[in-house]
Amino acid sequence: MTTPLVEMKNVSIAFGGVQAVDNCSIELHAGEVVGLLGHNGAGKSTLIKMLSGAYKMDSGEIHINGEKATIHSPRDARDYNIETIYQTLALADNLDAASNLFLGRELTTALGFVDDDRMEAETRKIMARLNPNFRKLKEPVSALSGGQRQSVAIARAVYFNAKILIMDEPTAALGVHETAMVAELIHELKKQGLGIFLISHDTREMMELCDRVAVMKNGQMVGTERVEDVTEDDILSMIILGKNPREAA
Amino acid sequence: MSDQSATAPKTPKRGFLATLEIDTRLLGMIGAFVLIAVIFNVLTEGRFLTPRNIFNLTIQTASVAIMATGMVFVIVTRHIDLSVGAILAACSAIMAMTQVRWLPGMGLEIGHWAIPWIAILAGIVVGGAIGAFNGWLIGYLSIPAFIVTLGGFLIWRNVGWYTTSGQTIGPLDKTFMTFGGINGTLGGQLSWALGIVCIIAAVALIFNARRVKVAHDFPVKPLWAEVTMAGVAAAAIAGFIAILTNYSVPERVVARDPSRYGCEVAEGCTPVYGLPISVLLLLAIAVAMTIIARRTRFGRYIFATGGNPDAAELSGINTRMLTVKIFALIGVLCAISAVVASSRLANHSNDLGTLDELRVIAAAVIGGTALSGGIGTIYGAILGALIMQSLQSGMAMVGVDAPLQNIVVGAVLVFAVLIDIIYRKRLGAK
Repeated sequence: MTTPLVEMKNVSIAFGGVQAVDNCSIELHAGEVVGLLGHNGAGKSTLIKMLSGAYKMDSGEIHINGEKATIHSPRDARDYNIETIYQTLALADNLDAASNLFLGRELTTALGFVDDDRMEAETRKIMARLNPNFRKLKEPVSALSGGQRQSVAIARAVYFNAKILIMDEPTAALGVHETAMVAELIHELKKQGLGIFLISHDTREMMELCDRVAVMKNGQMVGTERVEDVTEDDILSMIILGKNPREAA
Repeated sequence: MSDQSATAPKTPKRGFLATLEIDTRLLGMIGAFVLIAVIFNVLTEGRFLTPRNIFNLTIQTASVAIMATGMVFVIVTRHIDLSVGAILAACSAIMAMTQVRWLPGMGLEIGHWAIPWIAILAGIVVGGAIGAFNGWLIGYLSIPAFIVTLGGFLIWRNVGWYTTSGQTIGPLDKTFMTFGGINGTLGGQLSWALGIVCIIAAVALIFNARRVKVAHDFPVKPLWAEVTMAGVAAAAIAGFIAILTNYSVPERVVARDPSRYGCEVAEGCTPVYGLPISVLLLLAIAVAMTIIARRTRFGRYIFATGGNPDAAELSGINTRMLTVKIFALIGVLCAISAVVASSRLANHSNDLGTLDELRVIAAAVIGGTALSGGIGTIYGAILGALIMQSLQSGMAMVGVDAPLQNIVVGAVLVFAVLIDIIYRKRLGAK
């Protein structure tokens, strides 16, 4: 088998006395979508935030392309071409779409000033691809609809040539039509060879979008299965009971 | 991901003001200022809007307005700084001691050309260091800004007091005092030269921005709107200079030192004051701070952090270091204000800048800076400072009792924020 794009090995983190993620391991290959399932508080978001640099793990290792990676901050993660679309979208509501898209990575002029015009032009280009109806470029993102805000967050991840994409509940706030667009985008990015971690509560959606699903409960990894090997009921019992039915059998 | 605006007509009908793309809030504040000026002008039978009073208003506003530009950044990032008046006093004490005691004590003669500049440098270093220290306590040790600067409010003024042993230090250096207003003005010719340069710069900026937009195929305002804006800007600058150059130096003042005003004898010579250096300093700082706010990463991160601190951090912004920089910046501005404030009075006294923290915060807030973070403008804060100062001096001219003056200023502050909240609700923003 080829070297995995991402390999998280025996990762743990605790907050106060709570072991939020306990000795979990997970792999992600190029061109693969891996879904993370589990109840609220199972540790999915926490696990993924250690990869995106938002949290610093207590123990364990992360390997990117087979090499050991040190990720202590979101900036480190970006250096490894890891981009994240957070559940909260992580947008500065008072700024416009272009400022948000380039936040922390502004394009600058020769004199070192931020180049708003060039950033706006780039934003127009990528938005034309992702969401052709997007026109409110001059307004703060607080004035946008949920779908539009989501597309700004997605554009931010896609624009910078991510190799590893983390999507934390990307469709939670979206309507049917918009959800379909996100699904289409995931397929397209997968074809381009990106590795995608997807977090969601919607088991059916995950069965359609993912190649493999990993189930977590109480901070521990219950198991990882290829979607064609399991039924939706198997997954549900893993989520609820915390046991892999195939192992039990 | 559908979009309602997709169904909207491509070129919706827009009003006159919308086409000009003028901030309605700015317009409202200018309106409020004009209203105050006109009312006081009527009440004082025309004394409020004389060149002399407008000149005085600008120099009285300068010190608070300089600090208010820095307060915008502090409040935008959801912090507060209650210690600006105290930092001003500490910096003023250091600068006064440097020029009157320490440097002469080290052998530099009083009146030596280097003394004022060393003193100013010392003040700026001290102000920046105090601010950076505050910022470090807030950013890295996570002590709330309110507490750190409330402590600083007590600490720094008394550091100044301790430094001077409570004495009034003066007279200050002659060159130093040119930053104080009436002792340092550009005169007629230089003021007009500067005004013309500013007009050319403003017109060039407006049309350069248009050219860049056209180059990127962005929508632009109609040409008549750009021309109107350029005309308004030019007229405003010219009008301002015209007023200030209409204030002539009284003959008895010229008589004291005719050569200073370019006269051989006082009689028959009517020089004008023109633009005060302190106001020039304020304008330069306003331009620099506006560029920082709009055109630098530092400014972008300030507004992003104010809008959503978590998002800023997840975008890789070092919000702790940002806090240190913001407070260091306001510390430096306090030192510059200290130059203006102490040189206006010709000496340093320990109560310099008392209650300035409240005036500065009020100026920023009246100028539309939201305490919830993320929103605020530099020009707004300066206009806010000007409105406060106009109210205060107008009431003094009319002869309103001191307690009533403060009551009115306090009420105006609360009322201004109420208007702001209503305005924002109308807009549908937070």
